[in-house]
Amino acid sequence: MNLFEYVRPSSIAEAVAAAGEPGSAYLGAGTNLLDLMKGGVTRPSRLVDLTHLPDLNGIETLPDGSARIGALVKNSALAHDPDFAKRFPVVAEALLAGASAQLRNAATVGGNLMQRTRCSYFNDPASACNKREPGTGCDALGGENRSHAVLGWSDHCIAVHPSDFCVPLAALGAIVEIAGAGGQREVPLTDFHRLPGDTPDRETVLEAGEMIVAVRLPADAAAFADHQRYLKVRERTSYAFALASAAAALKIENGTIVEARLALGGVATKPWRAKAAEALLAGAAPGKQVFEKAAEAAFAEARPSGDNGYKIELGKRVVARVLAMAAAGTPDRMPALPASPFAPIPEGVVNV
Amino acid sequence: MNLSLTLTINGKRREIVLDDPRVTLLDLLRERLDLTGSKKGCDRGQCGACTILVHGQRINSCLALAISYDGASITTIEGLADGDALHPVQQAFIDHDGFQCGFCTPGQIMSAVGLIAEAQAGEDAERVREAMSGNICRCGAYKGITEAVLDAQAKISAGKERDAA
Amino acid sequence: MSEIASLPTGSRQRQGSNIGQPMTRREGVLKVTGQATYAADNNPEGLLYAVVATATIARGRVTHLDVEAAKAHPGVVEVLTPQNRPPLALDPDAKLHGFMFRLDLLQNDGVRYAGQPIALVVARTLEAANEGAALLAPQYEVEAPRVDLDGENFVPEVVGPGAPARAETGDFDAEYAGSAKTLEATYETPPQYHNAMEPHSIVAAWDGDRLSIDMPTQGMAMAIDRVAGLFGIPAENIHIRSPFLGGGFGSKGMPAGPQMLGIIAAKHVGAPVKLVLSRQQMYGPVGHRGQTRQTLRLGMSDDGRLTAIEHHTLASTSRFDDFVEPASNASHTLYAAPGIRTTHEGARIDIGTPMFMRAPGEASGSAALEGAIDEAAFAARMDPLDFRLLNYAEVEPISGKPFSSKALRECYAKGAERFGWAKRPLEPRSMRDAEGRLVGWGVGTAMFPAIMFQAAARAVIRADGSGLMETGAHDMGQGAWTALHQIAADGLGLSMDETEFRAGSSDLPDAGIAGGSGHTATAGMALHRAGEDVIAKLTELAVNDENSPLYGAGNVGVVARNGRLVRQDDESRGEPYAAILQRAGLAEIEGKGQGVPDAGPREKYAMDAHGAVFAEVTVDPDLGQIRVTRLIGAFAAGRVINPRMVESQYYGGMIWGISFALHEEAVHDKRSGRIMNANLAEYRVPVNADVPSLETILVHEDDPYVNALGIKGVGEIGVTGTVGAIAGAIWHATGVRVRRFPINVADLLEGAAAR
Repeated sequence: MNLFEYVRPSSIAEAVAAAGEPGSAYLGAGTNLLDLMKGGVTRPSRLVDLTHLPDLNGIETLPDGSARIGALVKNSALAHDPDFAKRFPVVAEALLAGASAQLRNAATVGGNLMQRTRCSYFNDPASACNKREPGTGCDALGGENRSHAVLGWSDHCIAVHPSDFCVPLAALGAIVEIAGAGGQREVPLTDFHRLPGDTPDRETVLEAGEMIVAVRLPADAAAFADHQRYLKVRERTSYAFALASAAAALKIENGTIVEARLALGGVATKPWRAKAAEALLAGAAPGKQVFEKAAEAAFAEARPSGDNGYKIELGKRVVARVLAMAAAGTPDRMPALPASPFAPIPEGVVNV
Repeated sequence: MNLSLTLTINGKRREIVLDDPRVTLLDLLRERLDLTGSKKGCDRGQCGACTILVHGQRINSCLALAISYDGASITTIEGLADGDALHPVQQAFIDHDGFQCGFCTPGQIMSAVGLIAEAQAGEDAERVREAMSGNICRCGAYKGITEAVLDAQAKISAGKERDAA
Repeated sequence: MSEIASLPTGSRQRQGSNIGQPMTRREGVLKVTGQATYAADNNPEGLLYAVVATATIARGRVTHLDVEAAKAHPGVVEVLTPQNRPPLALDPDAKLHGFMFRLDLLQNDGVRYAGQPIALVVARTLEAANEGAALLAPQYEVEAPRVDLDGENFVPEVVGPGAPARAETGDFDAEYAGSAKTLEATYETPPQYHNAMEPHSIVAAWDGDRLSIDMPTQGMAMAIDRVAGLFGIPAENIHIRSPFLGGGFGSKGMPAGPQMLGIIAAKHVGAPVKLVLSRQQMYGPVGHRGQTRQTLRLGMSDDGRLTAIEHHTLASTSRFDDFVEPASNASHTLYAAPGIRTTHEGARIDIGTPMFMRAPGEASGSAALEGAIDEAAFAARMDPLDFRLLNYAEVEPISGKPFSSKALRECYAKGAERFGWAKRPLEPRSMRDAEGRLVGWGVGTAMFPAIMFQAAARAVIRADGSGLMETGAHDMGQGAWTALHQIAADGLGLSMDETEFRAGSSDLPDAGIAGGSGHTATAGMALHRAGEDVIAKLTELAVNDENSPLYGAGNVGVVARNGRLVRQDDESRGEPYAAILQRAGLAEIEGKGQGVPDAGPREKYAMDAHGAVFAEVTVDPDLGQIRVTRLIGAFAAGRVINPRMVESQYYGGMIWGISFALHEEAVHDKRSGRIMNANLAEYRVPVNADVPSLETILVHEDDPYVNALGIKGVGEIGVTGTVGAIAGAIWHATGVRVRRFPINVADLLEGAAAR
């Protein structure tokens, strides 16, 4: 790890000013940043420590019914907040399906949005990586890429966005509140992360010095509370990144899906909202066939970026399953194995 | 750059001036304060051997920048027993053979203490296993670890009931 | 209560009451309070930190290191490269015997695998040393590496540490040609890395030509030899402390190159040096389990009786040293057939040299063999357990020797009964759980040879009647501090509290190596013999002392019991050890003992531990995710010294089996040769949630031949059998036969699509 200047601002304005310098990085919990610095993946010359800033730690319900989560709220605190988890259970389930209890106790909401890919070439400074070092190429292409993206990738980058938390946030239309030198602005989460295109190093819309202040879930998102689930397939029962995951939220009235929300994780270069699938579901009666059609729609544009074609079929199955689980209803209590295929499955949901 | 910080470690307040901003809590404990009970198995948040409690919550100390934790209250494996009287989790790990080589054990035990305080798992072994999955044991003592956590949790809650009565 | 009989011929009667008891770990309190000191926990005064810089190419040479940049970093004290590395007394590439492996000690600028040490940075802090190593920014001349098994191969002279590469009994070709049914299957196992939780580490301090080392080692005496040779100092000048190993699994059997670099650094800078490998650096210079491609050809009669078994293994070794995984040898022992042939080939590739890794040969070999056996059973339309019983080996198939003992039938029966095996349907995809997931059951046979090495021990009885037992044994988690202490106490006829037990230091008698599942038997026998020796000396004193109640009792025999010697024919007549020594005016009396394999019985008998593992897996039929929902192992391994430790060894081995079957795989980028998942996130080993249900059954077994204590060994057998049981269960659940480990989600999705 390189030497750096440590700065501890006492206000957001001070933080933004301090981080405006090139080479600066914000320090939240550091669960991702320190990992990257130890690996020589990033070498910031200044760390601006946000963790002592006041007023970024709250989970509040705003007068319009939306939920506002401060950027420094710990993943575990949010997942275990009873009111929040009741209104947005899919968010809690996704949070609890990510990382480990220790990491969730440290990692922040803002940091989760900023986490970098687990692509092994990005994480290996000896490999060519356009994301780490623009213009050097992409060694993941033609390399060991079984876990890489099938959606949203470009010839410059095929790295998967690793977050679980961001998947339901994308589905539920979360808003990211940003502070910068020019004041505050808001961006929908689905626009917060950028597609790699030919600038995979630019992962978010944040400009130099800008920081995440809060994440908001709009009031209308709570209307899905009765029918929402997260499902995550991985190579270990716990403590592993997703091969494919999906968050589904349904508003069902009189046996009809009035509105559907669907987003994908582990398969795309950013948290992936599947709007075409949502459109297919709206107005339909819940059922296997329509869920499978929605799954097809969600992956209509998917193509392998290497030795990962299986992820397309897997992703479709995850979608069909998570929709069926959501339709069956949010469980009263989070399962012992959150988002796992080995958590209780509602009757009749298994296909093959 | 001011690199002084105050930590309360195992109940004792300590004023520390760091020689380097890069020091993690784990390396501070192990290499500068001679509290070597917390172990470094991966240094990257992938094994849990470095688990300590900060304000009662379990975290990976390898991914915690020490200077950022100014003001924190920390409990390490060295601070768990009350003199010669082992913490119920420590005793349960011995009773259930919840370790072999012992290297991951301080982290497992601190994680278990944190888990019991979180009070999310109840008596459900499956929830305990999931909640202990951030602590890798290469020797494969998971069965004993799960039994130890459940046993210690039962004893701690029985003790609390007795105290309340 | 403990007792021994000291009759000259009565050594087999020795069964004190400590042996067999489920004592908790003697070092338990140290381990649960953080007071157990592992090598890297030592912080001597004036300590400097050394960090290894490793190659990022797999083949070629280093053309430039930015030593200036590293040295300019605040806190960096010295940079060692091939240019300034002090000379050694022995070429690190010298190979004087089969257990000496070539090391990378900065002898030149060559790179022969990714992860090879190419420089060393010493600094006042760990942070500075780490950054110094990063600043070296090596440049290379790169050659294209080979990291897989496709390409040119060779026939090795020996496999493993020295077994013949080929063995045969009967006429395989004729038997195979004449078989009613034949089957050929190729199984692949990936490179696997030990990944003990404790990284390889060393704290080294020189005082003139004397060297003090804290270093985890599974073989103290071999380590001393290696260090003495490399540094040209007498063995007695070296002191190694290794009271606790944070796991070894074979990777700490020999001193690793980076640990020797720590000693070099300490000498060069004239201060104590701590060197600890990073997790990533444990993928290269500390050994691994080489990848294999194994082809099985089985012939059988119409009724499912095996007639021919051929097991061929192609395994990787490094470009510069030899260790070919002896996987085919698993077929020497497990199943009877008139024609058996085992062969091996090696592939020289650009990796660190493979090494012993928990159940070397047997783990990979039985994974493939058990798979093929399952395939044969189904081809014969037989239950896989019935098929194994039909082909039960009454004598060791490859040698024709009888087994010294073999309670495998009982293991099968007890395991099957506990598991409920009788209800298993023959056809795959016939079982579902309540929620519709696929369920499958599989069985595997476990086997591991009862190996013994050589060890020595010293026994002392003191004037106060207490005892001391010493052997430089190694506890890497298997329970040596406890099990050997139990044997030691029984050897002296004392309780454990009355017996001081010393181990884990090189100034104690050589305890051999903690490997091959042979440590308890070997070091245990040394302790046992040392106890016999000291009791015999004490008896000699008493029976010749007119003032002893035992005077003249030499002919009827004397028994040592609870700190007293008593007459065999009248146990009321005797006296405490203390009285004998005090009257003789002795402060203590000393005995010595050796633990060695008994050549006579070993020539006559095949000696192995056996077991049967039953697995239940649950598979999501849509998503392909797998979970081992139940695992039951029944094992017979001779005398059990401490059932609590033994169960833990079996559990650990079985979890390694889960890991082998479903998780572990080092993934190389074939272009660069680098391992792309050299960490603990993407190189997966099981977590707690992967192990919902584990059970073991200890099947009683008396073995009169294996050694006087009747101990076989339990450390490795749990891996064997388990892999095959899980793979068989996955097939039974899904109908998909995956012949490549680890079995993953994509395999099941693609396999199901192909069905």
